[in-house]
Amino acid sequence: MRAGVVFLGLSILLYLLVLIINKELAVDSFFSFLKLLKKLLPVIFLVFSLIFLTNLILEPEKISKHLGETSGIKGFALAIIGGILSTGPIYMWYPMLADLKEKGMRTSLIATFLYNRAVKIPLLPMMIYYFGVGFTFVLTFYMVIFSIIDGIAVEKILQKVGGEEN
Amino acid sequence: MPVGRRKSMNKEKIKESLGKTINSFKQSMPILLGVLLLIALATNAIPKNFYARLFTGNPLIDPFIGAFFGSIAAGNPITSYVIGGELKSQGVSMVAIVAFILSWVTVGVIQLPAESLMLGRRFALIRNLVSFFLAIIISILTVLTLGLK
Repeated sequence: MRAGVVFLGLSILLYLLVLIINKELAVDSFFSFLKLLKKLLPVIFLVFSLIFLTNLILEPEKISKHLGETSGIKGFALAIIGGILSTGPIYMWYPMLADLKEKGMRTSLIATFLYNRAVKIPLLPMMIYYFGVGFTFVLTFYMVIFSIIDGIAVEKILQKVGGEEN
Repeated sequence: MPVGRRKSMNKEKIKESLGKTINSFKQSMPILLGVLLLIALATNAIPKNFYARLFTGNPLIDPFIGAFFGSIAAGNPITSYVIGGELKSQGVSMVAIVAFILSWVTVGVIQLPAESLMLGRRFALIRNLVSFFLAIIISILTVLTLGLK
């Protein structure tokens, strides 16, 4: 928690510095921050409701079975579907993934979930408008396939460097 | 198990889950607020037409430039499509544009401190690096598959 407070403190300090150098930028950015926060409140509520429900319903053994080391193709399928269906920005999902990791979720599935956050169904019409149907289809297909490669590569490299520091 | 005992166990479980969720909220919120502050600042500080000036026209260097600036940019993915569309109309290569759009959504330099704090420093670094190189590989494959320039 302390590291998080330090991080927030440093971000506020940066704003104070910008306020001295460029007041307009600091004020505009702060209003953008408030707008962003207001927009994301429903996502924050959704994420923490899901954390509450996973704590209430899902036992660590169940998470290990469906998202753990032995989850296999089913685990990747769940991570891909979860990543695509999850709403809001990527960083909103870090707390829930940290919670699931603690309960036994496989590292590769966390990376695969995060990669699929890039595939956003509501934004596909916008991509089609700018780049066409063929482009959108091919890029989306590669993103989903490479999300598995991303997950496996991250896990293997992490194992090679001796895992996460304590 | 008697109904009364089961009810009290359920209450205990709800209380425990709520406690864990509040703890997670207290730990995560300072980090999330910090990321939102940084993203708001970056979005306001970097004008949309800034990106077009970065590309060189070199097909080998431009994908790296695209992936690099996509990685440090932040904001709604729609913004990356709009910028991508602008870059396309200015004749920037599609490999570079795809690398830019992809790294915008898969790599996050601004949210790296938050990812490190919550999911582990090594995980965050490795994931972002792997995603950076995959953005270039996927952009080449997409362009080759569709026969784009």
